[in-house]
Amino acid sequence: MSAAAAIAPNTVNDGVTMPPLVQLDGVGVTYGRGEKETEALQPTNLKVAAGDFVALVGPSGCGKSTILKLVAELLRPSAGRILFAGRELGANPARVGMAFQSSTLLPWKTIRANVMLPLKIVQPFRADYRAKRNGEYRERVDELLEHVGLIDFADSYPWQLSGGMQQRANLCRALVHEPDLLLLDEPFGALDQFTREELWSTMQDLWMEKRSTVLLVTHDLREAAYLASRICVMSPRPGRILEDRTVPFARPRHLDLTFEPAFTELVQDLRAKIVRTPTGRITREKADV
Amino acid sequence: MSEVVRRKLYSAILIVGVFVVWELCCRIFDISDLVLPRPTQIWATLVEYAPAIAPHAYQTLYTTLVGFAFGVMIGLSLGVLIGSSRLAFDTAYPLLVGISSIPKVAVVPIFVLWFGAGTVPAILTAMIICIFPIVVNVATGIATVEPELEDVMRSMKASKLDILWNVGLPRAMPYFFASLKVAITLAFVGSVIAETVASNRGIGNMMIIASSSFNVPLVFSGLAVLSVLGVSLYVIFSLVERRVTGWALRKSG
Repeated sequence: MSAAAAIAPNTVNDGVTMPPLVQLDGVGVTYGRGEKETEALQPTNLKVAAGDFVALVGPSGCGKSTILKLVAELLRPSAGRILFAGRELGANPARVGMAFQSSTLLPWKTIRANVMLPLKIVQPFRADYRAKRNGEYRERVDELLEHVGLIDFADSYPWQLSGGMQQRANLCRALVHEPDLLLLDEPFGALDQFTREELWSTMQDLWMEKRSTVLLVTHDLREAAYLASRICVMSPRPGRILEDRTVPFARPRHLDLTFEPAFTELVQDLRAKIVRTPTGRITREKADV
Repeated sequence: MSEVVRRKLYSAILIVGVFVVWELCCRIFDISDLVLPRPTQIWATLVEYAPAIAPHAYQTLYTTLVGFAFGVMIGLSLGVLIGSSRLAFDTAYPLLVGISSIPKVAVVPIFVLWFGAGTVPAILTAMIICIFPIVVNVATGIATVEPELEDVMRSMKASKLDILWNVGLPRAMPYFFASLKVAITLAFVGSVIAETVASNRGIGNMMIIASSSFNVPLVFSGLAVLSVLGVSLYVIFSLVERRVTGWALRKSG
């Protein structure tokens, strides 16, 4: 809690006056060289304020995940620069939590041990890991598990849990080290409708309590509209941000909201933006599906 | 539970049955014990020659285990090295395949040339024969870590060593133990081959001497001793495997 607060005090209220937590400045990505060169991401500008919940939506292969990987420093931009809290990424290491569509929990560790993994790796927690793993850290993990309703499964192994429960644990693992930035790459993509909606509200609860900055990649427009405060719509490959839109609905949002006309209208509007995008590529990509 | 017991019972019946049929065939068709001795004969020989067989069995067990231990050490380190680097994998793999495709019998004379007949060639043959499956399995286990899991680790700024220690190695353990079961039986093959070719001790050597004096029941006793040793070590490693990598079986409890 304290470390995150030190970097971004009172994130929600001061978000306007502070420099954005993350800023993409003309960031582009190209793979390969010469004739085989393909552009994955056109030079893109994006600002994410501290405490914001931004969703990136778009067709598959549009570079949504590329943006996440750039911010997580898993990928280097071919052009442009990425700023974190006003300073270039790398000089200013961002503490990130990441969760993917597959839960990637370690099958040989219990849920508790899995969630504790970041505390074993990430500084400054790492330094005290040996001393605190059975005390303070364990309490912190258990508190988080309690929050998402998994405390009774703390000593179970991941494969003993359902897909939805695994994703809950996965979210806990991404959050346990109080990341400045939570990067979610279609974390609910493989779940059935009911489980997914359940997890939306869990996610919202967690976000409202921790107020971490979230970057969510999804192709589910309803998910984006339900969870995010801002939605960035991306074009097919090579990706660029077509539209940046604020989601007006008050929080906490409830599932009933998704049946209201305003919500449906927003979703349909976003859909139209994605489907109407020019060039014949869309039809080809659709044929792939 | 009764299902498990029944299966174990069936396989016990099958083993006993094989020996009974063997015994009966020998008696009914009156097969000479120079061709195929009866199980009871083999047992009698085993008991009779036990004091003479024991040092040979001990020698074979010793060379096998020492060779196996070296093989595991070398195999594990090579596997980790090759598995954790794409470059090392691509570079070393063809050489490894080349070496492994040499019939190990063929290298025994070279070892004899270098180290003289006896214990050392047997240990080396056992070692060299069990390195390859271990290397391949460990390298595969480490190299096939899910890219997304690696991304999660790297997003936490985990070093290569962190990833290897927390993800790669534990993930490779089921592969490693599976290869140990293969390797220990291969190690026996290696040491016995070396003993038959160039040694004056060991079960392999004993069998060669027994067959040259047409003591066929003793040859078969040697086989029996080898199979008992092999099975025992296999069982030991299976138990260790189940303890260490039970998670890979995904059974609750």
